[in-house]
Amino acid sequence: MAIVKIPPVLRAAVGGEKELSADGTSVGEILHSVAASHPETQSQLFGPDGGLNRYVNVYLNDEDVRVLDGLETSVGAGDTLVILPAMAGGAA
Amino acid sequence: MSPSGAEVLRQIKSRIEEVDPSVVREQVSNGAVVIDVREAEEWSTGHIPGAKHVPKSYLESRVEGAAPDRDQHVVLYCQSGNRSAWAARTMIEDLGYENVESMTGGFTLWKDRGYEVEQPRTLTAEQRERYSRHLLLPEVGIEGQQKLLDAKVLLLGAGGLGSPAALYLAAAGVGTLGIVDDDAVDLSNLQRQVIHSSERVGVPKVDSAEETIKALNPDVEVKKYAVRLGPENIMDILPGYDIVVDGLDNFPTRYLLNDASVRLQIPVVSAAILGFEGQLSVFKPYDGPCYRCLFPVPPPAELAPSCGANGVLGVLPGTMGLLQATEVIKLILGEGEPLIGRLLMYDALAATVGEVKVRRDPECPICSREPDEISDDELGVFPDYEAFCAGAH
Repeated sequence: MAIVKIPPVLRAAVGGEKELSADGTSVGEILHSVAASHPETQSQLFGPDGGLNRYVNVYLNDEDVRVLDGLETSVGAGDTLVILPAMAGGAA
Repeated sequence: MSPSGAEVLRQIKSRIEEVDPSVVREQVSNGAVVIDVREAEEWSTGHIPGAKHVPKSYLESRVEGAAPDRDQHVVLYCQSGNRSAWAARTMIEDLGYENVESMTGGFTLWKDRGYEVEQPRTLTAEQRERYSRHLLLPEVGIEGQQKLLDAKVLLLGAGGLGSPAALYLAAAGVGTLGIVDDDAVDLSNLQRQVIHSSERVGVPKVDSAEETIKALNPDVEVKKYAVRLGPENIMDILPGYDIVVDGLDNFPTRYLLNDASVRLQIPVVSAAILGFEGQLSVFKPYDGPCYRCLFPVPPPAELAPSCGANGVLGVLPGTMGLLQATEVIKLILGEGEPLIGRLLMYDALAATVGEVKVRRDPECPICSREPDEISDDELGVFPDYEAFCAGAH
């Protein structure tokens, strides 16, 4: 179980929530659990090969999971996952 | 009867060597020591490049610091060539220097000839007053303020982020502000773009921004680029700037900027906003990650809502733009911990600030290579680069 922070662009896909609790002991399990509960997030998080989309960064607490063990990174209770897609919004 | 002052001066000039400014120019490059003997306030208005300053009233006690060897070739100058003649006599007859000359016509003639003038690094009385609260900070002080005055910062956009950033950078005395924006002020901008005003609706944003900046701080030189930043002009605009403030509203230009700034090794202070949330990071080429290390590819159009019109809380770009301005000033001063290799996330509604680490990607297609290996043709390139934003509309 971990807290997953949802970025603004994905909130519509999770019913407007800013953060979710999701089950799992690894980054992959937790994100799949989010996608199972909120199917619209599936294609936004994962590519056709099942890996994380390259334009979405996921952080365990403050560290990029790609420099950890990627989707295999183990997640403890009380950890927070941050999903961070690129934002280009200036304010022209 | 004693001779008049003019007569004494004439006699002195007949006993010393005088040289024309054109000769002094050559002597400077041949290793002569050039000494300005004018008063401090005269020196502070400009002097011959490379000259040392020893006011005539302190000549006897201080000239050895500027010219330690008695046989050294020394050229003295003042404003018009008279005080330096007196000073040359003193150095030769009283202090034992063997090779001293006085420049005819002084600094006035030097300037009239159009020769190079160096503005000394001092603040005017008005600047000391204007920046007094900076000068009181040990982290800024006169040296830091001079760094700010010397700094050249390029703002990409005089919009939501660029407006507050430009205002505070101008107020802080950043000497050159370049502004790239091809838009005109629209009434709907004024909810957040505080550098513009109601009466300037319809005016080009670069002109409107310049007007506000000049009114706020005449020390600032504004360079206007009423164009849209693109591959055809980025390598003409960026060179020469110390820092770029990125308030871009689209991914293709953001990648283009990244690639060009890595190649030119110019740090970029980047912010993005959406709704009630903002992101901020500093991309300092080769010291930290670049934008492509953070986001190697842009998201598909449906996840990039910034390509279209979106709501934004007006104060949010203000907050993020001022955080950008703060990072810019820290970089210029070399103070504090810049936001390099870190991405700050601000949630205005929750009133929370989070931070994640950004790592350099050893396989980054851009910053894993040497700057001169990055070609013009590669800047901002993606397989579906052009189609990217078009798909969002």
